[in-house]
Amino acid sequence: MAVVETRNLTKVFKEGELGAVNNVSLATHEGEFLVFLGPSGSGKTTLLRMIAGLETPTSGEILIGGQVVNQRSPRERRIAMVFQSYALYPHLTVYQNICFPLKAQKVPKNQHRQKVEWAAGLLSIGKLLDRKPRELSGGERQRVALARAIVREPAVFLLDEPLSNLDAKLRASAREELEQFHKNIGTTTIYVTHDQVEAMAMGDRVVVLHQGVVRQIGTPKEVYEDPADTFVATFLGSPPMNLLEFSDIIVGFRPEGFLPADLVAGNKQVTFRYRVKYVEYLGAERVLYGSIEDGHFESKEIISRLSWTMPTGYDAGSVHDFAVAESDLRFFDRKTEKRADPRPYPWQ
Amino acid sequence: MRANPRKIAARLVHVLILFVFTVLLAFPFYWMVVATFKQNLDMYKMDNNPFLFNLPPTLANLHLLFYETRYVRWLGNTVMVGVIVVAITLLLSVPAAYALTRLTGKWGERLGIAIFLTYLVPPTLLFIPLSRVVAVLGLQDSLWSLVVVYPSFTVPFSIWLLMAFFKSIPKELEDAAMVDGLTRLGAFLKMVIPISVSGILTVIIFTFTLVTQEFVYALTFISPEAHQMVGVGIPIFLVRGDVYYWSSLMAACLIASLPIALLYNIFLDRFIAGFTVGAVK
Repeated sequence: MAVVETRNLTKVFKEGELGAVNNVSLATHEGEFLVFLGPSGSGKTTLLRMIAGLETPTSGEILIGGQVVNQRSPRERRIAMVFQSYALYPHLTVYQNICFPLKAQKVPKNQHRQKVEWAAGLLSIGKLLDRKPRELSGGERQRVALARAIVREPAVFLLDEPLSNLDAKLRASAREELEQFHKNIGTTTIYVTHDQVEAMAMGDRVVVLHQGVVRQIGTPKEVYEDPADTFVATFLGSPPMNLLEFSDIIVGFRPEGFLPADLVAGNKQVTFRYRVKYVEYLGAERVLYGSIEDGHFESKEIISRLSWTMPTGYDAGSVHDFAVAESDLRFFDRKTEKRADPRPYPWQ
Repeated sequence: MRANPRKIAARLVHVLILFVFTVLLAFPFYWMVVATFKQNLDMYKMDNNPFLFNLPPTLANLHLLFYETRYVRWLGNTVMVGVIVVAITLLLSVPAAYALTRLTGKWGERLGIAIFLTYLVPPTLLFIPLSRVVAVLGLQDSLWSLVVVYPSFTVPFSIWLLMAFFKSIPKELEDAAMVDGLTRLGAFLKMVIPISVSGILTVIIFTFTLVTQEFVYALTFISPEAHQMVGVGIPIFLVRGDVYYWSSLMAACLIASLPIALLYNIFLDRFIAGFTVGAVK
């Protein structure tokens, strides 16, 4: 096992243009499941490919297990990677696919069968060993790709959106399996995804990336509850955080914290007159879209999320007193869009 | 199970079409076989049925072909030039096509098209300057002149064919192979080439066929009987003045074409895959 670290890592594809990855410094913990989360084009895959050695950094350093590996080829980095398309070798059987890294790394022949069977057993694909990749379902292919990755017991696992080719139902069960799998083997894992649910559910910590820059690193709870800037605040959470701009400050609060005034816990709260414009009924919850009747923010759409246990009666067109607990307010500087200290809210 | 009349009809049409094509394609071979063993008298009498033996068959024509011409030598020459040209073609076009598809970005494709364009300049134009080249190299009347010249059209075609092939291989496969422990060269040799077997077989068969049927260069660069390629030797030495040795000509063509026909059939599926790659996703 090993720790992966990047120091001021930068990748510029075209000279003069903005880099795909800019000055990224981060480090995993031993045995951690670290998730790179960001929209498409945020540089998360490029970052992963640099760690794998498939892209050459423009500047900066990559360390695996405490050693700088910039000059080492992918095969010398003791990493294993699972690709978005799984990249199974089409002309080889499942057995030969899993065995491939062993052969390539010149592991003694007499150990091959035992190791392949161990990896296949771990992912319960022992019965598929004689098949060719084209004869497998999406879920089975993913498991073969994972088996191929673990078979030589790498120091680090790199996973590039491995669930994005699966249908929704399979994705949920595959996610669970992956978590279980990581618990069992305990290898440091870096996981790239654009799906915040995956990131929140699986990650020990989440690295939020945007335009090649790290916006925040933290546990799922930290990035959700204490976003470092407005990008993180709106990228995480669905629907996103409500943001109200006022003079030099932006005030944010989550839709699930913006509730009918008498339901808000605690006595320190901020109250608004809220006009409901339309309601989405989603079964377990209702999402209200409306605006605050307060002069300043009338054009701004404000969202509230009510769970199914809360009273009904908040229909389109009606006006109510809604409130947020003071402790649920988050403040951002309007210029830098970074997190700022709490201060008196000037609109009251 | 009850037979569906529509299905039977469809099956009949299917068989009929197959039958027509089989006859159409096999008939020339049949006629060549018959002609090979016919006596001259049988051949030239207009009242005789040309498709059947009207007189007893004979081996005299084969005797003429094998003992009074250097046919076996020509076959040997052709195989030798063919094998060497195939080797040169593979050695040049496989790495070139891979480099053009993978390593040079946008210019790779443009360069590939440019290389293919050279294939479109006909030998009837090129043999004049190329005969100067052959003369400078001192290769007149030698089979090596063909070994030098033939790659000029087999390599561009093969590069173009293989580029389509390599393009259809996902880049992630090579990435995976490199992460799994191979160098780029290793990934190329152990991953790309085994997956591209169809394309490489296509290149081999196609190159060999081109070499066998090439005429202009073989005719202009080489004169001595012993150094002829089969495609030139046959018409030169089995047509004497206005006398056509039809039966021996047929025998010579039959023997030369059978191995290639067989090869085509054995690898038919892979051959088609080689030509249609990239056409359908």
